[in-house]
Amino acid sequence: MTHDMTDFDAYPFTREHCLSISDFHRVDIERLLDLGAHYLDLDVQKSRTRDVLRGKTLINLFFENSTRTEKSFEVAGKRLGADVISMQVASSSVKKGETLLDTAATLNAMNPDLLVVRHGSSGAPALLAQKVSCSVINAGDGMHEHPTQALLDALTLREAFDGDIGGLQIAICGDILHSRVARSNVQLLNLLGANVRLVGPPTLIPTDADRWGAEVFHDMKSGLKGCDVVMMLRLQLERMQGAFVPSKREYFHFHGLDRAKLAFAKPGALVMHPGPMNRGVEISSDVADDPDISLITNQVGAGVAMRMAILHALSDAQDRRAAT
Amino acid sequence: MSTLTLTDIRILDPETGMDALGHLRIENGVIAEFGPDCGIYGTVIEGQGLCVAPGLIDMRVTTGEPGRENRETLATAAQAAIAGGVTSMVVMPGTDPVLDDMALIDYVQRRGEGLPVDIMVAGALTKDMDGSTMTEIGLMQQAGAVLFASGKMPITDAQTMRRLMAYASSFNALISNHCITPDMSKGTVAHESDFSARLGLSSAPAVSERIMAERDVALAELTGGRVLLDLISSADVLPVLRRAKAKELEVAASVSINHLALNEIDIGDYRTFAKLEPPLREERDRQALLAAVNDGTIDVIVSDHDPRPAGEKRLPYAEASPGAVGLELLLAAGLSQVADGGLDLLAFLRALTCAPADLLGIEAGRIAEGGVADLVVFDPDEPWVCDASKLRSRSKNTPFDGRRLTGRVRHTMKGGEVVYSAD
Repeated sequence: MTHDMTDFDAYPFTREHCLSISDFHRVDIERLLDLGAHYLDLDVQKSRTRDVLRGKTLINLFFENSTRTEKSFEVAGKRLGADVISMQVASSSVKKGETLLDTAATLNAMNPDLLVVRHGSSGAPALLAQKVSCSVINAGDGMHEHPTQALLDALTLREAFDGDIGGLQIAICGDILHSRVARSNVQLLNLLGANVRLVGPPTLIPTDADRWGAEVFHDMKSGLKGCDVVMMLRLQLERMQGAFVPSKREYFHFHGLDRAKLAFAKPGALVMHPGPMNRGVEISSDVADDPDISLITNQVGAGVAMRMAILHALSDAQDRRAAT
Repeated sequence: MSTLTLTDIRILDPETGMDALGHLRIENGVIAEFGPDCGIYGTVIEGQGLCVAPGLIDMRVTTGEPGRENRETLATAAQAAIAGGVTSMVVMPGTDPVLDDMALIDYVQRRGEGLPVDIMVAGALTKDMDGSTMTEIGLMQQAGAVLFASGKMPITDAQTMRRLMAYASSFNALISNHCITPDMSKGTVAHESDFSARLGLSSAPAVSERIMAERDVALAELTGGRVLLDLISSADVLPVLRRAKAKELEVAASVSINHLALNEIDIGDYRTFAKLEPPLREERDRQALLAAVNDGTIDVIVSDHDPRPAGEKRLPYAEASPGAVGLELLLAAGLSQVADGGLDLLAFLRALTCAPADLLGIEAGRIAEGGVADLVVFDPDEPWVCDASKLRSRSKNTPFDGRRLTGRVRHTMKGGEVVYSAD
């Protein structure tokens, strides 16, 4: 079993980078999720003899603060046997005025194999990918995409729904406008056959979001009706120029997830949140902390496994390219 | 249980277009029956030569409560209202403090309880009317606010207005924005014309209004929000409105009774009692506005009741406060235009009854069996002369003082009770 999971011969994974969900087709995604599920087993994940990435160097390059994403890539890399370096961008030459591409050239000269990038500007990881010779993994770029988060969310859902998320009704709620998580998730969940809805005040829903293959709602009652999964997003106050909603009080009243609003969804509906949470703004603590309905800690756990799978697959593709 | 019948009266219901002689019977506060075959029971009010119409709904009333009670209180405004046939009114948020919070909405509604008119409250669109900080529109609407208004200064920042309209659209809330461009109108006191130039008054052109109207129509198209172009006053803005309506956008417009009855000549000898905001414009504007009410382009007529003590008015023209009281004279001033042939009677009444009711989403403003008997009985032909000192408002600032008017309120009924009768 273990052997089958990590064997790419049957269907080789060929992607060089992981920048956007649209880089992958469905077979790639299924392959990655299968491998992620394989790594969810802690005996496999924490095996001392793991040497998939032995001799490879992974650099975490985070231009925005992150706790869970950066640490989860670090743990994932280490558990696969890679040498992991986390760049402290705040104290690096970037602060001294170096441009992104100069930084890229500098790092490239050190010959890393995998570069995990988070940047405040949409498209920055894609620009880096053109200038370096290693695999680039987008760990969140501006308001564009966060593909590894979407993959770990899909993995969490697959585990919660016995391996199949096709046909599920999934509501993504809140600040869609500023959310890269939402943009990646809409694509990925659609690709996997789920029905996606976007729920939020009109000021926080992007123009023409109904053309993303998702149904748009402006109130929780109709938006959550019949949903299997409610995915709450963080109100990204730091990305807001001017007022999009009048107050946290009003936002919670109309769009925050509490027991009463969750009751609009299907009985037994599960709750997700990519974190970090604003408790009492988009989600109430009793919902977030209820282990019977909240998948939030499962998401963090799936994060390490999913990122191990992504690193593994990209590394395998590198080895194949080197061999030919 | 009280029963009252109005006999041989001309029944006017703008919603159905009814204009017919008959009787109308009220039982226990509701309209029990009306028409030529309606049974006559209980107390009888002879209606020969009179008309009965739904009680008027005034969508723009400013009082001084809370904060400026020397100008007007809700109670004195209510007394003025019933003397003018007004049975429902929306009070503006520009008080002290500004009505920008659900607690204040609730407070004003409570203060209005027990008065002989329905007091509805407009919430402020922005905190303290600063033009930029969005208020809790959803919570205020739940507290009872029926409209969200910018005050006499419009929301100038287009992005802010866009977000307000988009945000309000999810509550189907109506936003009213004062229709002027402050970059052009700020600090001016008159309409830009040959006349104001001769008087030496600083003035703003009518396009100041059109520019803001075009912007708000464009934003309504972008956001799908509902917007009321508040207090339009010029002919130039009407094509903008017609285009918006042809596109079926959620755009409505209001006009004040003053702008239908008066023009810039009325400021004549620097008469500050005719100093208004927006300013009185040319006769061709007035004629165009009358026609636009008749054809339905303009949705509602408001009194723009704005009480100001004499001390704020008896000043050099540029220094005097703008504004006029209007609750009491709204119907008479309009009926005078009807008598002059400028306004169609049913179109005029529609703009004060079912049209504002539809915008506000309320039941009032129609004559229907089983409906609450909020009614006005008036004589459409009675000639009289307005005497400002006899107005019931705490402030007497009216440009109609000493003017001949045609048409007068005889009785006002609220919930079937006669709350006002002329001497």
